[in-house]
Amino acid sequence: MQIELHASEEDRRVAVLAAAAIGLTLAEAAIPLPIPGVKPGLANIVTLVVLYRHGWRMAAWVAGLRIVAGALALGQFLTPAFVLSLSGGVMSLLVLAWAIHLPTRWFGPVGLSVLAAFAHIGAQLLVVDAWLMPGASLLALMPLFLAAAWITGLGNGLAAAQLLKSTSRPNPEVSP
Amino acid sequence: MAGVRIRPGDWLILGLGLALLAALWARQAGSLEGRVIIRLDGQVFTEASLRLNRIIEVPGPLGPSRVEIRDGRVRVAADPGPRQLCVRQGWIPPGSAVVCLPNRVAVENAAAGYDTLNY
Repeated sequence: MQIELHASEEDRRVAVLAAAAIGLTLAEAAIPLPIPGVKPGLANIVTLVVLYRHGWRMAAWVAGLRIVAGALALGQFLTPAFVLSLSGGVMSLLVLAWAIHLPTRWFGPVGLSVLAAFAHIGAQLLVVDAWLMPGASLLALMPLFLAAAWITGLGNGLAAAQLLKSTSRPNPEVSP
Repeated sequence: MAGVRIRPGDWLILGLGLALLAALWARQAGSLEGRVIIRLDGQVFTEASLRLNRIIEVPGPLGPSRVEIRDGRVRVAADPGPRQLCVRQGWIPPGSAVVCLPNRVAVENAAAGYDTLNY
């Protein structure tokens, strides 16, 4: 018996973009970072660009595949690190689903990136507080993590804006 | 990065994020290094860190007083005393203390930093 999988054009595009995001995840895991738990989250650049270029549904596919496949590749699947990554990813996607409808005249990729970064770390801190370390006062760590989210959100947003600009079609103000 | 347009709303989000950071920073500055000293009948009953959220039951003569430590703050959450004076004082400011006199319980928020009485 032969099983055939038919990949549509969209499937292929998702696969290519998810591969780029997974590549960034793996590359960033190899970079030693001074503070545990603080990562630049470079793969979110891909999520943002996909969100603007191809819409939220595809961005969710790319982010979801990146989270699962990235965790598999790093040996973190179903570990607490994976749950943290998933909760942050889901929350930032939810915020992006809302934020993409903000008027594009006023809000661009930089603002959305910062919002998503705050949602990401917020969900992760909630999971840590409720499940991993109940009772520990995370308040002491919040300025540190929020500052990191602010900086990485800004950096990733600028990178996404630059990518969107350099690959822009004739009318860049129209979002899909 | 030259040429990338940051839109007005983006600036707003960035500014609000910074304000949130500053507010958190100001709120916790100094407070989390402090310790809580709980006295029963004048004797030190226990000392605790402000960093760990917990509820401590102090067995006074009238019954248990419950001292709550949460997010770097401390208060008497429940007390068997008739007038509830120490409960009504709410969160104890750094450097000060509340006393549940009927139950002989005193809770001190011994914050790090200046102590004007001893300085």
